[in-house]
Amino acid sequence: MTDPSPARLADLAAHIEARRPDDLRGTRIAAGELTLEVVPGNLVAFVEFLRIDRTCRFATLVDITAVDHPDRMPRFDVVYHLLSMHANQRIRLKVAVREDDLVPSITSVHPSANWFEREVFDMFGILFSGHPDLRRILTDYGFRGHPLRKDFPTTGYVEVRYDEAVKRVVYEPVKLVQDYRAFDFLSPWEGARHILPGDDKAGAR
Amino acid sequence: MDGAGRGDVLTNEQRIRNFNINFGPQHPAAHGVLRLVLELDGEVVERCDPHIGLLHRGTEKLMESRTYLQNLPYFDRLDYVAPMNQEHAWCLAIERLTGIAPPPRASIIRVLYCEIGRILSHLLNVTTQAMDVGALTPPLWGFEEREKLMVFYERACGARLHAAYFRPGGVHQDLPPALIDDIEAWAHAFPNVLDDIDTLLTENRIFKQRNVDIAIVTEEDALAWGFSGVMVRGSGLAWDLRRAQPYEGYEGYDFKVAVGKNGDCYDRYLVRMAEMRESVKIIRQAIDRLRVTKGDILARGKLTPPPRAEMKTSMEALIHHFKLYTEGFRVPAGEVYAAVEAPKGEFGVYLVADGTNRPWRAKLRAPGFLHLQAMDHLAKGHLLADVAAIIGSLDIVFGEIDR
Repeated sequence: MTDPSPARLADLAAHIEARRPDDLRGTRIAAGELTLEVVPGNLVAFVEFLRIDRTCRFATLVDITAVDHPDRMPRFDVVYHLLSMHANQRIRLKVAVREDDLVPSITSVHPSANWFEREVFDMFGILFSGHPDLRRILTDYGFRGHPLRKDFPTTGYVEVRYDEAVKRVVYEPVKLVQDYRAFDFLSPWEGARHILPGDDKAGAR
Repeated sequence: MDGAGRGDVLTNEQRIRNFNINFGPQHPAAHGVLRLVLELDGEVVERCDPHIGLLHRGTEKLMESRTYLQNLPYFDRLDYVAPMNQEHAWCLAIERLTGIAPPPRASIIRVLYCEIGRILSHLLNVTTQAMDVGALTPPLWGFEEREKLMVFYERACGARLHAAYFRPGGVHQDLPPALIDDIEAWAHAFPNVLDDIDTLLTENRIFKQRNVDIAIVTEEDALAWGFSGVMVRGSGLAWDLRRAQPYEGYEGYDFKVAVGKNGDCYDRYLVRMAEMRESVKIIRQAIDRLRVTKGDILARGKLTPPPRAEMKTSMEALIHHFKLYTEGFRVPAGEVYAAVEAPKGEFGVYLVADGTNRPWRAKLRAPGFLHLQAMDHLAKGHLLADVAAIIGSLDIVFGEIDR
């Protein structure tokens, strides 16, 4: 895992940069992994290039996922992991997209992208253009919302139970008997906003 | 099919339409909660649409609000037939971001238990796949061995399945010498059991009729559909992460990578059988090393608790212990993808850390997700009865697919 030498990754990055300069926004090597930031519009051609090019041959799609950064302007990063069994190398592609952007689907290059893109759509609400069958995949039939967005509560909005009276499963708004336990361990000393009685150091603040 | 009397008036031919059926989610051969919507032309599968997510628990969402250590037990609940292999990926991801390495003895214990997990998983898969195609004895014999292995799990960590044994920086507790002796005794006896299962299945006429030339995966298919593990090795690609991208000292062990030829269900069965024999070899080597490699099993530092004896005398150690198990440790900001060769294929964790005590995002990459995705491609043109054999040989477990 730690083996792929930085020099090999740097060579690979230089090769890709030389061949496809217009597709890249930047390259980065960190923790022994090469990350390329790709222009969304050129994604399909770029992935196809990575698959076919003799030195790259990234023929296996390992993973597609997204990361939500609510405070950043292009809110989401769609992250692709590719593997080349021939060159024994891994690569990561990142595409920064806004909430209402369409990401080109790479199912035409990698058929295995199908379910991954469905999952990203399901979990983050990112739409893929040219996808053959963009349905929800993991959540319930008729589910609303996109759970992995940071503004979606961990408890969700609805809960289900079997109703003996109507003889079927019913959906109801979530009722919690106690608040969801989320402790803020990062600022343990900033609990009280008001000045504590007898706090003689309060004036110094 | 349309009933009589609705045929063509002129030629009196019956109009036939395809038949849609639900396979699962309560079908015993669906290996859990898989719902397949099958479109059948007679008995031939025309289209296969897997509906997954019936076991979705939102693991990735839950992980974002828990500390790194609290997240570890979630990994046992992914692929619950080989729990420790999953924990391994999580520990490797954290260790690579924080730049710590487990001590040698911990590495050996991890290898030992990863291989036990591989045998656990392959035993379950080989024998239940045989059950899916009609054999009842193999699961009974195989589960007896699984039971022994789960006792080894229990003796190491206290739980038969949900181990939480691998920790960032090592393993939770050292193995007692008696346990190591017992595992060795088992490793000497187990090849005989494998031979027995071999005689039951390998040349069994029915088993071969149901598996040979079913769901052939070519090399191109394996790449296009993102297969890993046995699914690529059965098709003749010698790709094993333990060999290609070694982690946890696997490069120092002597083992062969089993490779199939035809890529059908039968070859995948053979590869799994061969892999179990290789795992036994690794287990024996690991035991030999454990006998000579003594020492700590945790890289002592901020990520791991202090030794229990030290906490009795040192105030700092006590505070450290308390802070570690309440606040947890912080992982420096960054992102990493750590993959292990789990029994079912490449299990990976994509971890995005923001420098706090909780992961900003953790994506679990399950091998079964991709294998099941190719179900439509694999099952098309096969008979309905072959669907059960194909699902069995894909080796899917819904804990990891639905997450």
